[in-house]
Amino acid sequence: MSILIKNGRVIDPQNNIDAKLDILVVDGKITELDKNLDAKKATQTIDASKKFVIPGIIDLQLNLREPGNQYKATLESEMKAANAGGVTGMVCPPDTTPILDEPGLIKMLKNKSEALKLANVYPLGALTQQLDGKLLSEINDLYESGCIGFSQAEKPIQDTEVLYRSFQYLSTFNLKAFLRAEDPYLSQKGIINAGEISTRYGLNGIQSISETIAIDRILEVANLTKTKVHLNKISTAEGLDLIKIAKKNGIDITCDVSIHQIFLTDNDIGFFNTNCFLKPPLRKESDRIKIIESIIDGTIDAICSDHSPVNEDNKLKPFAESEYGASSVELLMPLIFKLSEEYKIELSLLINKITQQPSKILEINKGNLSINSDADICIFDPEYSWEVNSKTLVSEGKNTPFFNQNLTGKVSSTIFKGNIVFNGR
Amino acid sequence: MFNPQLNNKGNLNHLLSIEGLSKEKIIQILDTAESFLKIGERDVKKVPILRGKTVCNVFFENSTRTRTTFEIAAKRLSADVINLNVASSSQSKGETILDTINNLIAMNADIFIVRHSSSGAAHFISSHVKSNIHIINAGDGNHSHPTQGLLDAFTIRKYKTNFNKLKVAIVGDILHSRVARSNIHALNILGVPEIRVIAPKTLLPHEIEKLGVHVFHDIDKGLKDVDVVMMLRIQNERMDGVMLPSREEYFKTYGLNQTRLDLANKGAIVMHPGPMNRGVEIDSKVADSEQSVILPQVTFGIAVRMAVMAILAGQH
Repeated sequence: MSILIKNGRVIDPQNNIDAKLDILVVDGKITELDKNLDAKKATQTIDASKKFVIPGIIDLQLNLREPGNQYKATLESEMKAANAGGVTGMVCPPDTTPILDEPGLIKMLKNKSEALKLANVYPLGALTQQLDGKLLSEINDLYESGCIGFSQAEKPIQDTEVLYRSFQYLSTFNLKAFLRAEDPYLSQKGIINAGEISTRYGLNGIQSISETIAIDRILEVANLTKTKVHLNKISTAEGLDLIKIAKKNGIDITCDVSIHQIFLTDNDIGFFNTNCFLKPPLRKESDRIKIIESIIDGTIDAICSDHSPVNEDNKLKPFAESEYGASSVELLMPLIFKLSEEYKIELSLLINKITQQPSKILEINKGNLSINSDADICIFDPEYSWEVNSKTLVSEGKNTPFFNQNLTGKVSSTIFKGNIVFNGR
Repeated sequence: MFNPQLNNKGNLNHLLSIEGLSKEKIIQILDTAESFLKIGERDVKKVPILRGKTVCNVFFENSTRTRTTFEIAAKRLSADVINLNVASSSQSKGETILDTINNLIAMNADIFIVRHSSSGAAHFISSHVKSNIHIINAGDGNHSHPTQGLLDAFTIRKYKTNFNKLKVAIVGDILHSRVARSNIHALNILGVPEIRVIAPKTLLPHEIEKLGVHVFHDIDKGLKDVDVVMMLRIQNERMDGVMLPSREEYFKTYGLNQTRLDLANKGAIVMHPGPMNRGVEIDSKVADSEQSVILPQVTFGIAVRMAVMAILAGQH
């Protein structure tokens, strides 16, 4: 089987390519990348004129809700949603039911996802058993079963001794921690950003020190134990300042931000819109601006979707009783495009943060269009205008702060290992 | 901005919060309440404004006083009243709030008086019912308690006539108080030039000054020259914790006694939404003094709640 992708604007940050080129895919690999390739070389041709051709997106945070939460979504439904968003590689956190703290569960998830042949799934194992923050999981065994790293999902470790020992252990085997920086006590009762909005609404606030104290603590322990750490979903300007300094001081740290934090603030909660109930909470405008600056200056390494489909009933509740999370993987690339257009940011800089950079963080050779690499490709139509609603979203989760809004640009095709796994129109 | 408590003609369809109400709307409610005040003094305490209507008191959180005054108010308007203590029934069986409300709608209820421990609960319910159903928020989490804000404004107007020259102090647990928030909004809308909040930092919410108040931590300074002192209840569970060390220390530093009250303007009135903790936030002598208008607040509360129901659902 062979596919020729013709006349697209090929953007491959890793290889410094941004040009109108053709790509030939043969037997699952990229075999040629050049101008005016002969259509006869392929059994199938995709006309990509006026479209962007980029490496398949690697999403650093995508909740598949399997095992256990099929009421919300299934592995297949969400992998298809990911494909509809141009994603061919996804990191999934361990807070499923049961929690991913046993090698058998990882193997099952790997087998099930591989059988679907839609994308690469990179599970994060639970750093501590049951994510309780007390006892270490069988980290080595989990790694050998296919975990790409270790995480506490939304349950930060309370006990600093446990954090220290778990980092020492990870460091022994040169494994990476993927953590969200949140102080468990300061955030315990919190629902939204602490500020004028939380006071007006009578909702408990989460202050930025909940994030900065946790970042400080993680950085200290990581520095001492020489542990590789990636910080998920940074939300505050103060937190980004700390990371910037740490990077300058040579600490081995990377971080990402969720796509929601780039466009939304606590002001968007409106009249208790539960679709805006997210973790970390939507922050204030000055944080949002700082996030955009940090994307440009490189403090933020990657952008993730933080895709979290929630069953409709669990959003049909008073704000604080509803379930946090938003369905977002299908909006990732359209919003990246919007970011580039509205803030005049070079597109390849942004695409880098959803392709090459995540691959580097995961230490895998993905997220590029190099010759002989796996043909994982996303084709994006920047002119297609669409409305985000329950019909246009593939995901089982229809919960998004962007519901009923119009977006310009949509993924039109996704190719995984040389197979067309999504074809929009 | 779209206001969920108004219908497309700009009339009040629900009462969810004070925030978003116009001064005219509040004055209309207060004036209507004034006309209802006399009904409570008559032998036959009834008018037929809500005859044939069904009012449901749906309390997901326990309350005696608020529920009772709503019940009396509805009955004086000739409505049929049903009291549901949901806290102890369907919720514990796992029924969702919307299912509970929809079941009552199926029984043809017209007005729902809702109290819930979660902020935004009344907004949530109002956005899922048909426009002929009226929701009155009787307290949602720490967010809002609009009829309390209105009855407090009514009380102040009774004793002080002109809002434009007043200094008002609100003392106590502002952080957890929906009453304080409703009062701050109401007094600002009505043109009170100086609203003060007096509390230790542990009991003040973030950026409270952005709601239009002056912050005081010293009660003696805060009470100086005020015309109205609004005391707030300190919940027992807040004592002996991380917010406050003890009730004794609280009374010593923030409790209202006559010496402190004398710092206020002569003729200042003392208010409290009840139930009071005598000897914790307020000294008994002050609570029972001539300056106290705590019991009239309760009486006025009935008239104000009658006014709200009449405006929402009556042929007024």
